[in-house]
Amino acid sequence: MWDYSDKVMDHFRNPRNVGKIDEPDGSGTVGSLACGDALTLMFQLDENGRISEARFQTFGCASAIASSSALTEMLIGKSIEEAEKITNRDIADFLGGLPDQKMHCSVMGREALEMAIHNYRTGETVMKQLDDHIVCTCFGISENEIRRIVIENNITNIEDVTNYCKAGGGCGMCRSDIQKIIDKVQEERSHKPAPAVPTQPRPLTNLQKIKMIEEVVEREIRPRLQKDGGDIDLIDIVGNQVIIAFRGMCAGCQSSAFTRHDFIEAKLREFVASDIVVTEEGKED
Amino acid sequence: MKTVYLDNNATTCIAPEVRQAMEPYFNEKYGNPSSMHAFGGEIARDIRKAREKVAALINADPSEIIFTSCGTESDNMAIHGCCDLMGPGTKIITSRVEHPAVLGPCRHQREAGFSLFELPVDHQGHLDMDAYRELLKSEGRKLVSIMWANNETGVIFPLKKIAVLAKEAGAIIHTDAVQIAGKLPIDVKKVPVDMLSISGHKIHAPKGIGFLYVRRGTRMKTFMIGGHQESGRRGGTENVPYIVGMGAAAELAMQNIEAEKSKVAHLRDKLEQGLLTTCPDTRVNGDPDARLPNTSNISFEFIEGEAILYHLSDRGICASTGSACAAGSLEPSHVIRAMGVPFTAVHGSVRFSLSRYTTAEEIAYVLSEVPPVIRKLRDLSPFSKDSMPPLEL
Repeated sequence: MWDYSDKVMDHFRNPRNVGKIDEPDGSGTVGSLACGDALTLMFQLDENGRISEARFQTFGCASAIASSSALTEMLIGKSIEEAEKITNRDIADFLGGLPDQKMHCSVMGREALEMAIHNYRTGETVMKQLDDHIVCTCFGISENEIRRIVIENNITNIEDVTNYCKAGGGCGMCRSDIQKIIDKVQEERSHKPAPAVPTQPRPLTNLQKIKMIEEVVEREIRPRLQKDGGDIDLIDIVGNQVIIAFRGMCAGCQSSAFTRHDFIEAKLREFVASDIVVTEEGKED
Repeated sequence: MKTVYLDNNATTCIAPEVRQAMEPYFNEKYGNPSSMHAFGGEIARDIRKAREKVAALINADPSEIIFTSCGTESDNMAIHGCCDLMGPGTKIITSRVEHPAVLGPCRHQREAGFSLFELPVDHQGHLDMDAYRELLKSEGRKLVSIMWANNETGVIFPLKKIAVLAKEAGAIIHTDAVQIAGKLPIDVKKVPVDMLSISGHKIHAPKGIGFLYVRRGTRMKTFMIGGHQESGRRGGTENVPYIVGMGAAAELAMQNIEAEKSKVAHLRDKLEQGLLTTCPDTRVNGDPDARLPNTSNISFEFIEGEAILYHLSDRGICASTGSACAAGSLEPSHVIRAMGVPFTAVHGSVRFSLSRYTTAEEIAYVLSEVPPVIRKLRDLSPFSKDSMPPLEL
């Protein structure tokens, strides 16, 4: 038996939102009897443009039924723009994961959703794929679909492509073509710089913080002070409080309070953490 | 919840008599049958008795029996053992609906330079005998490996005819008799096969024991090389308790063969007729008139087999399916596909396989539980007879 999560079994045993909507705002069908699974997804919007009702009919295994049921639950209350962002991973995650060989069930959900949104926007019932050719003729999977699966799920081998979209799982004749697509995506990835990760304030360990403060002092602060014949010593770091002592020309300088606050503290806040407070040894702030 | 076990073509329960017969060999009777002392030597006598019982099941001579670890080992031993001796250039003739234990070794030999021919079957699962006759006419050495009865549909091949034709053509013939054993009589004096595989756990012996019948005079290479056990044809100290169990199971199978044909077949028919009447859009796969008495393979159209099995499992009912999803592959069973079952029914095939332990109450319970499951899944399905969807073929 498959190692299905409790949530998969719950949605399989008690599927939510089964059936049709008489006049749906959007409707999409993917899959077929011959392929072994198929899903019809329908939704209706309320006056604010949010999905008020989502219904499904599924022909397929336990995880196909569970994925469809989960998708309808995820859709209700969302705007079209929000619904559009749902990926096959989101569906699998909602269910507490799916066995690898069953990931194609979550992909079927995402495809039906795209189809239904396309239907809502254009009134069409099929999506025309231009500049796309069928790679897997057994299951009718195109190059663009395989590329997308590979990119979105970070896939590196043929078996996973088959698990996620069935391509290559029939006669197997297209497996070398699938490998070429994987290779190409990986090559593109290695040439492309890693996507810029927004610098988010993340909690530092104390050791990391101390090390960073020392580095910033050496690199950014001390050289400037030394230029003016001054210097500082790091005395202690307690939580977000950095205790320093001025040396040389800085010691007793009239504008040392300005230097401490507008220069040293500003630099440490810029490079280490935004909540750093710099105080001078033996002086109340 | 009570378990209703209708998956006896997958494995069977160990008969109480079999367990009882095996028990002493785990404790007091642990000697090595090859030893030169009475403590071990007695065990050799018990193995001999088991071998006689097993031979009687198929009307063979005890010297023609090689005990193995399972049906798969028997099939491998037969196919590889012959191919190794016959050499590349030999034609292997088999069918598209064989068990993987036969298809696997045959396809392996194809990689090694043998030509392989897989005979097609018709929509009822019957072998294409004309194609078989044609193949036998070809020149050169030939090895035939064709199953006696199919594990998924229960369809029985005319093995006597198949074997006679093979012998007339000078071919060596092996048959996988795993599914027919214990369900219908086997007589190697009347059916001239050279080799025949049987598995213990399909006839109420434990898993881990089987045997290969090798007709006297058949030449094959040994692949388990070691001691003198099994007349040097399979080295290794004998699996004594399991061999004794296999003997007991064979004896029981012979005693019960009539009950299989009458009682088991009656319950199977009751189940099948009941399901066909209560569930619309349902069809039987295979030939109802040439089947094992215990097997029913039914397709519930417009729904998928794995989903059916999980709902049945929730109700304590064990069956199996040829659906793709259940196997973790993407295409439904090779047997169902080879038969050309309509695509509306391919994915919804369920196999019920009974045993002599199946009761009328159990069948009544299954008949009350299955129809609501089928209705529930049909309500979920976008497909039905009336509203066939636009197909993306």
